[in-house]
Amino acid sequence: MRFSALRVIRETLTGHKGWRPLWRNPEPQAFYDYLIVGGGGHGLATAYYLANTFKQSRIAVLEKGWLGSGNIGRNTTIIRSNYLLPGNEPFYEFSMKLWENLEQEFNFNAMVSQRGIVNLFHTDGQRDAYRRRGNAAILAGADAELLERDALRGMVPFLNFDNARFPVKGGLLQRRGGTARHDGVAWGYARGADRAGVDLIQNCEVTGFRIENGHLKGVETSRGYIGANKVGVAVAGSTSRVMAQAGMGQLPIESHVLQAFVSEGLKPTIPNVITFGAGHFYVSQSDKGGLVFGGDIDGYNSYAQRGNLPVIEDVAEGGMALMPMIGRARLLRLWGGIMDMSMDGSPIIDRTPIEGLYLNAGWCYGGFKATPASGYAFAQLLATDRPHETAAAYRLDRFARGYVIDEKGAGAQPNLH
Amino acid sequence: MRLSGGLIDRSRTLRFIFDGKSYAGHPGDTLASALLANDVLLMGRSFKYHRPRGLIAAGSEEPNALVELRSGARREPNTRATMAELFDALEAQSQNRWPSLRFDAMAVNELFANFLTAGFYYKTFMWPRAFWEKLYEPAIRRAAGLGRLSMEADPDAYDKGFLHCDLLVVGAGAAGLAAALTAARGGAQVILADEDYHLGGRLLAESHSLDDRPATEWIAAVVAEFACLPNLRILPRTTVFGAFDHGVYGAVERVSDYRANPGICPRQTLWRITAKRTMLAAGATERHIPFMDNDRPGIMLGGALRAYANRWAVSPAKRVAIFTNNDDGHRTALDLLARGVEIAAVVDSRAGVEAKGQYRVISDAIVSGSKGRLGLRSIEVTRGGSTEWIACGALGVSGGWNPNVHLASHHRGRPVWNDSQQTFVPPAELPAGMIVAGAAAGRGTTHAALVSGAEAAVRVLNEIGIAATLPELPAAEDAPANLSPLWHVPGKHRAWIDFQNDVTVKDVKLSHQENMRSVEHLKRWTTLGMATDQGKTANVTALAVMAEMTGKGIAETGTTIFRPPYTPVSISVLGGGNTGTHFRPRRLTPSHQWATSQGAVFVEVGQWMRAQYFVRPGETHWRQSVDREVVATRKGVGICDVTTLGKVDVQGADAAEFLDRLYCNAMKSLKTGMVRYGLMLREDGQAWDDGTCARLGETHYVVTTTTANAGTVYRHMEFARQCLWPELDVQLISTTDAWAQFSVAGPNARKLLERIVDGFDLSNEAFRFMACANLSVCGGLRARVFRISFSGELAYEIAVPARYGNALMARLVELGQDLGATPYGTEALGVLRIEKGHAAGNELNGQTTAQMLGMGRMVSAKKDSVGAVMSRREGLLANTRVLVGLQPVDASEPVVAGSHLFAEGATQETATDQGWITSACFSPHVGSSIGLGFLADGAARQGEVIVAANPIQDQNVRLRVVSAHFVDPEGERLRA
Amino acid sequence: MLIPHPLLGLRDAQEFSYLGDASLLDRPDGLAEKAGDAFFSYVYLRENPAGVHRELWFHEQGDRSWLVVTRNTVTHEILGAELARDVALRSRSPRERGDPA
Repeated sequence: MRFSALRVIRETLTGHKGWRPLWRNPEPQAFYDYLIVGGGGHGLATAYYLANTFKQSRIAVLEKGWLGSGNIGRNTTIIRSNYLLPGNEPFYEFSMKLWENLEQEFNFNAMVSQRGIVNLFHTDGQRDAYRRRGNAAILAGADAELLERDALRGMVPFLNFDNARFPVKGGLLQRRGGTARHDGVAWGYARGADRAGVDLIQNCEVTGFRIENGHLKGVETSRGYIGANKVGVAVAGSTSRVMAQAGMGQLPIESHVLQAFVSEGLKPTIPNVITFGAGHFYVSQSDKGGLVFGGDIDGYNSYAQRGNLPVIEDVAEGGMALMPMIGRARLLRLWGGIMDMSMDGSPIIDRTPIEGLYLNAGWCYGGFKATPASGYAFAQLLATDRPHETAAAYRLDRFARGYVIDEKGAGAQPNLH
Repeated sequence: MRLSGGLIDRSRTLRFIFDGKSYAGHPGDTLASALLANDVLLMGRSFKYHRPRGLIAAGSEEPNALVELRSGARREPNTRATMAELFDALEAQSQNRWPSLRFDAMAVNELFANFLTAGFYYKTFMWPRAFWEKLYEPAIRRAAGLGRLSMEADPDAYDKGFLHCDLLVVGAGAAGLAAALTAARGGAQVILADEDYHLGGRLLAESHSLDDRPATEWIAAVVAEFACLPNLRILPRTTVFGAFDHGVYGAVERVSDYRANPGICPRQTLWRITAKRTMLAAGATERHIPFMDNDRPGIMLGGALRAYANRWAVSPAKRVAIFTNNDDGHRTALDLLARGVEIAAVVDSRAGVEAKGQYRVISDAIVSGSKGRLGLRSIEVTRGGSTEWIACGALGVSGGWNPNVHLASHHRGRPVWNDSQQTFVPPAELPAGMIVAGAAAGRGTTHAALVSGAEAAVRVLNEIGIAATLPELPAAEDAPANLSPLWHVPGKHRAWIDFQNDVTVKDVKLSHQENMRSVEHLKRWTTLGMATDQGKTANVTALAVMAEMTGKGIAETGTTIFRPPYTPVSISVLGGGNTGTHFRPRRLTPSHQWATSQGAVFVEVGQWMRAQYFVRPGETHWRQSVDREVVATRKGVGICDVTTLGKVDVQGADAAEFLDRLYCNAMKSLKTGMVRYGLMLREDGQAWDDGTCARLGETHYVVTTTTANAGTVYRHMEFARQCLWPELDVQLISTTDAWAQFSVAGPNARKLLERIVDGFDLSNEAFRFMACANLSVCGGLRARVFRISFSGELAYEIAVPARYGNALMARLVELGQDLGATPYGTEALGVLRIEKGHAAGNELNGQTTAQMLGMGRMVSAKKDSVGAVMSRREGLLANTRVLVGLQPVDASEPVVAGSHLFAEGATQETATDQGWITSACFSPHVGSSIGLGFLADGAARQGEVIVAANPIQDQNVRLRVVSAHFVDPEGERLRA
Repeated sequence: MLIPHPLLGLRDAQEFSYLGDASLLDRPDGLAEKAGDAFFSYVYLRENPAGVHRELWFHEQGDRSWLVVTRNTVTHEILGAELARDVALRSRSPRERGDPA
């Protein structure tokens, strides 16, 4: 079934009787060519591109809970391609280009909204760093603009320009950046994968890997053994737990909790995405009216999917310092997600020493914006055993060999990335 | 309409304004009860269809009656009228309607209601692509949202504090009061918090007696006893909104929200309460029974109707009907009758039910429809095959009660379905230290609540070694509800489950049809439970409806956990304490006061405020000041406050060994009385921080760090001392704030310092480049002097105890007038170091290596030091980018930091990128703009012309690659 | 969170800064053969357990001691805390290493 305004009108007139399930609930088969472990954004996108772009078949996605229940179900929905390093920027720009055509391609309105993202700077040194980064983006084919204070003030007059501890001097603007409706992205990929024949199997937890002589044969699950030629793992914060079952428990990854926040619904307040350069705070407003915002990770290893008060206060403080007019809005809900924080802040899309086992991980807390490109690149790697050209740097051995991709220059301490 | 009785103070009248019209109420009223007293039933509009709405509830779960409270900068959107305590001159207005609440043009959405079903927006608005940002989204955004922010800074003050207790009691209803009384009498430190302004909880809303007296008398007696118990703290108007780790709870006290203007008080206070034990006694929330058109103003929860009558002495109508599936509805009927409200009928879905008083019961019947555009006029009752319309101005619906288990599941424990009670009860896995009592635990009769609260208190206090005993509790009602489940009235038309977000039974059905069946998919597809009431009145009902569709039981269909906050919390109180310039501490350098008097412009450097440059009379542009300071330093002598550099005092027999392991270059060979430049690597082999290491004595060193890394380097040194090499005899202390330190640089530096030292020989022979010493200055002031240079000039850094810093700065400038002594700020400091080719933060950004900085050979292979092994990884060694100097071919062109470097004629893209410019400035010495940058194969490209691309500012500048040492490359000046 | 400091009692976790896995105590010998492999594991690889985790916290706003805290990463329950210096010294004693006495 194709979605369109006409279709919605027709269904309206006929009592909505014609709507079909967005996806089937298939029973797992005994064997697949490809098993994707993890029915989050990256896993679903991988299955989607494997089936639709790389024309593979006999594909299943195994999800321990419900589709989209991981970090794609809870995040601050920001999309952007304004990275600095050559290992990253072309990849994220590739992702941005996929975002730009995504909805038409998978026939689902994921509310991709290129409303612009501004990264604020507060010192001359930060301006220099953003100039370097903006230039890197332009050189990779992305867009970037450097706004000085007055131009910025015209655009977002509600920032604290006059009474700030760290005065706003300007910002790096990417007009093509913005937001997307996170659940819509998961559902769009899920529906598109299902329509291409992918089995989306929910409530199916992987409990072990069957490996013989260094070759992967299949996975044990809560719904029985499933054989496979190739298995791709895309489980974000659960990476270490799942990979430990394949004997790869030691990875350059730590799991940390990131809290995110949404306010009560408000009439239009913040037109674009804004990130604070002198505190931990980034914000946009959802189409429903809630201010969606976040800050830093709590900072300690955690699988608890909930955080603590100090970070909540710190984020609110950052928000109040930057835009004191949000104070009388109320925080409606907060939640904690588990981030696969890598040792250099950049992801891994690579084969593993186990033949047939592939890993997609280490997205830290920036995985949402990468969803399309991550899925595409992982699908290409699974289908062809050749990395996508924009993801060639995301190798597992880069740490040992000294080719880290460290955007922040923070070194091998995951909670600083 | 106002009834008799109630807990309001009729001796005083409060005037208030709603939507521009003036009304009267009394102390004790909420905005909601006062509006009802004035026969105002229409209070809001729903989110999607803009349906006219009135109150459903009397408490914090209210989804409909949201208003903008107050005006101007204090305007606060989405305030629940039920939670707004009435004060004189209160102003409120309805929201999300245009032009008025009675006539809302957006109600046109009703016409399209059939179109706007669950998830419709995912299926359309996709074509043409560009229309989303330009047309669809702006229209949706304008229509969506609820209230408006004022867009002005919040003018009120907020406070934060910590509290500690043995027992935190959340909720001061029957269970909470009994628990607090038990615990406080037992000598425990107790905090009793309740979101209401009166203690008593549900007791205030009921007509039950305790020991044959009104419950209010028992409450008054308990409160009077509380006043005599110093170990109990009562926090009224306080919502415990979140359960965090290790017994920490977040709570917001609305300190002065019940006044028009907080005056000198904070508006709200954020309490972080650390409790050894916590009792959740938060009561329960009544649930609705959806039927066709069940959302008209006047249709409320039965318990709310009763609360308004008993506590606030108001009724939404003279003639009221009840719809119930349990005995609670009859209780409402009796209470209303007692207060003179006419009962049109009690419609009971159970068969064979008889009236408990003088009212008509229609048993085995359901309410199947309603009429009344802006307020209920009549309901349709269906019994068997026949229907009847009954006129009434209000309807109370009682579908049973859901325990308020929210805090109990904040640690992700899942509420458990209890079939006999037909509710979710608290999870088995509670947050550590929590116990649940009263209606929140499913023990909702007054008797059960009192007993469970007291018993639970005894039990948990016993766990922490406090012996409490059960108090004598008053006799109270203990009647079972006799509920027979009825989750919704089946029908073809819309029956609302989530009122604010307009989620109906049909939406749940559609969600099921489209396979969005798991609870989380249901919520997300329909927006169920995403409104400001967080699904308090809706979620369980929706789950039951979904269970009906799937044919599975409710327990199998699932549950949902709750996340903080329990009710929405203002962002101001979470983050409002440190606003504006108080966002972060402001550290001032020792000479700040003097610098201020000298016209300094200050700049934020981390937490520090440093003098950026000093404006002399006649200077109108910062470059004039900076160029003057640079030239004066190179020609005469300049003085700069460099106190912000981190300083660590290192002492002990093994200090030399310790430092040798920390720095990548050799430190053991450093002689007493000498200083050495030191480079620290991170353990991953990247360059991290640089500074100087001065050996003041055999076992005494002072090392400096960069300003930015002062904290982290010290942390790392302690890590190395305690964790890596605890066997070494070495002690550390940070002395950054203890010593004021000044750079005295320039050809006249020695002459100037000679005027303050107490008989110390500063001659080049006696005190060579890189020497250091303890000495005294200015007639007995102890000081340290280091002959080190960041500027490339003959230079010293002199340190004195911090409290003398301001005076020393003034003294040096005064004594050096004839020598051209000039204070300089961070800008000139930057120019001087770029001219000399010294790396600073832009070069030491955590992404570079010793090799890139031209210091690869400093990394000693003869010893083990932090980062040495990893610095030899293939990828690091393969990086040929090294630090070079850059100078424009055309001297009038700028060198711009952040530009990327390319070979001349090369296409400019990521693949051909050869490096970037880290630092740039105008150099008075060179007479043009200059820069430092990392360039591929830079060491071999001296003299080559390259291109600096700055596409973000449409610039391409031809640069010549030169030595990074623009000034005195041989180092003669600093050794002079 | 509250951290039971072995010398100072329960302290708010906000007074501390967090480093990571306590395996960082076991720094390899940089002059040994194959030091590169040992350092790769030391610097980059983590067990990252969902459960009991020994980890390093620095009492930065306090007595400046490094602690080894044993904490459950699923529940955040803290099972103990020791001075990291004591742990490090103990691991250096011959008995702990299994060296012959």
